[in-house]
Amino acid sequence: MAAPGAFLRRVAREWTRHARGIHDMRESVTPDSSQKRRTLLQFLSSYFHDIEVLREYLLRMEIHKMHWKNRPVSSIQEKYGPSIAGALFVLKQGGSVKFRDKEWIRPDGRGRFSSEFLEFQGVPVEAVDASGCAINYQGLDHLLPLKELRSLRLRRCPNVDDWCLGRLHPLAGSLQELSLAGCPRISERGLACLHHLQNLRRLDISDLPAVSHPGLTQILVEEMLPHCEVLGADWAQGLTLRREEQPRDTGSPVSA
Amino acid sequence: MFRRVLQLGLGPGRLTRGLGTRRGSFTLDWEAQVLEVKKKLRSILPGEPLELHDTSHLPPEHSDVVIVGGGILGLSVAFWLKKLEKKRDAIRVLVVEQDHTYSKASTGLSVGGIWQQFSLPENIQLSLFSINFLRNINEHLAVVDAPPVDLKFNPAGYLVLASEKDAASLENKVRVQRQEGAKICLMSAEQLQNKFPWINTEGVALASYGMEDEGWFDPWSLLHGLRRKVQSMGVLFCQGEVTRFITSSSHMETSSREEVILKRIHEVHVKMDNSLEYQPVECAVVINAAGAWSGQIAELAGIGNGPPGTLQGTKLPVEPRKRYVYLWHCPQGPGLEAPLVADTSGVYFRREGLGSNYLGGCSPTEEEEPDPANLEVDHDFFQKKVLPHLAQRVPAFETLKCLMHPQVHSAWAGYYDYNTFDQNGVVGPHPLVVNMYFATGFSGHGLQHAPGIGRAVAEMVLQGGFETINMSPFLFSRFYLGEKLQDYNIL
Repeated sequence: MAAPGAFLRRVAREWTRHARGIHDMRESVTPDSSQKRRTLLQFLSSYFHDIEVLREYLLRMEIHKMHWKNRPVSSIQEKYGPSIAGALFVLKQGGSVKFRDKEWIRPDGRGRFSSEFLEFQGVPVEAVDASGCAINYQGLDHLLPLKELRSLRLRRCPNVDDWCLGRLHPLAGSLQELSLAGCPRISERGLACLHHLQNLRRLDISDLPAVSHPGLTQILVEEMLPHCEVLGADWAQGLTLRREEQPRDTGSPVSA
Repeated sequence: MFRRVLQLGLGPGRLTRGLGTRRGSFTLDWEAQVLEVKKKLRSILPGEPLELHDTSHLPPEHSDVVIVGGGILGLSVAFWLKKLEKKRDAIRVLVVEQDHTYSKASTGLSVGGIWQQFSLPENIQLSLFSINFLRNINEHLAVVDAPPVDLKFNPAGYLVLASEKDAASLENKVRVQRQEGAKICLMSAEQLQNKFPWINTEGVALASYGMEDEGWFDPWSLLHGLRRKVQSMGVLFCQGEVTRFITSSSHMETSSREEVILKRIHEVHVKMDNSLEYQPVECAVVINAAGAWSGQIAELAGIGNGPPGTLQGTKLPVEPRKRYVYLWHCPQGPGLEAPLVADTSGVYFRREGLGSNYLGGCSPTEEEEPDPANLEVDHDFFQKKVLPHLAQRVPAFETLKCLMHPQVHSAWAGYYDYNTFDQNGVVGPHPLVVNMYFATGFSGHGLQHAPGIGRAVAEMVLQGGFETINMSPFLFSRFYLGEKLQDYNIL
């Protein structure tokens, strides 16, 4: 068979085409067994051990890819300093960076970005927008030395979870804006450790699917961070209408 | 010549007589013969249960490693044994658990905290290893087609309060912890008051607070995730009780000409539930991870049968101790940021969930130790020993005192596998019973150190020494030599 490596790569590309993170990949390689329609690989793997080994291999490759993306860039750090190293890391992942008094540096559609920031020695990074990037606990190593970071946006990051939030406390001195909207792995337990960030003024915790009671969580987070404006779920989101009122009042969620 | 043969073969009389008798026997026994042949084929072919001797409920007759105890420590050892073996399916491991519902096992009844604030460097390293394991749990315990393990980890931290006289030792402890890599910060009473306004800092001189990697998680999900992974790796499970060890002794001489009797366990007798049936399992290595019942298992192997003061007479000093955990409701209590708080008096509590519920307890003194014969809860203990200190430390809990029926929603009791010698675990082989390894006696910290301990025992069994974390201070011989391994912590 010509180039089994090429075949594997094609299969892996098939599976990873729509997967944006380890969680999604886990879904496609190991879909929820309660679904009635099973994929072909799943069906075959319950009969052939080779296919099961292949699926395990694909899963391990995906995990390895995520680790590779978040690997430390120590050589660049020594040469240019921690802020430029952090900026390079974010730009390589597909996020955007803003240095103080400069414009936002964003990669274009193909992932290329200008390397003018390599000359910004000593200019601190003020804002990082890592939305949709595959940044995880290990990748946060690059962001923690940015002591003057004011704004951090981690919207829809598939690998940011409660452990990562517990790690943000070194940024407590400067962080004023934090956005976690749409991250599928953050729950109310991770939000509890945001109380270290006493300088936070804007916090966005909307659309977190793993939070069990969004309204109650928002109230508790507002109590925890009294000087912060918390954007998130409407407090009545978790409440359901009584049965008689439901057919009449489908528009507004709050019953009169 | 041809004619002769033809005459012999086709002789009418002989042929017809022969045919006649054969045909007669055919029609009489044809069905019965077919049935017999079918039965024989079915019993020979694989996959069909033998009706007479169905042994599917019994453990196998041979197993390389038998792990006595299927709680978190036993499963962790099984996991690392299978992970560190050189070839796939090289070792056959059998886990014997007496109760598959885990109703009395310490794992399920545990509060589930994990912290790095110990004074022994080995304990700190164990905690750090375990928290790394838990953080990457879905890479370690990934099983194809199974949902990911959700540990429900709360990274809220662990807060230790110290009075004036303990302040110096707390500072020393924090220095050791920081050296090992834990991120702990020290706070004075004013800083504590600013950070957690709901604490009454009277009597508190210093506090140490873990900023990262400390908190609590759900022990059940870890147990079931490990069990699922370990089953997928090929470990066999059996529900039964270990009743006997068949051992053989050999007389050896030490280098100083002293005579020593070395024992080796050859068979483990596993008795099934509610019956007298038992299965002798031939094994090479036995791992004692039986938690609160480890002392009984050690006695079965003959550990401690000898004149007191000698190595033969040194028993395994692990016994069950009962501890209570109470769950109460307090609407004005500490907020979402409340860590696991350990007070100067030994009382601890933490928040549970979003609904203003708290759970906590206290370790009783030696005189007040409750009877470990059953898991009944003593509610007076909460009123007399726990509540006064709680209410003094957190004034919001005063409301619990003023009601006729306190707002204690529920309470339960669980066992500590308490090491009466120095409250630290035993790991590694016994010096005289050569193939019994211990992984027990951690007196309340077994759950949080389980991944590290499992790895240490697996390395000892497979490679003969500790590689990742040096746990040689935890060997059994310290009981005979009298070297206590003290870790000054409250819980």
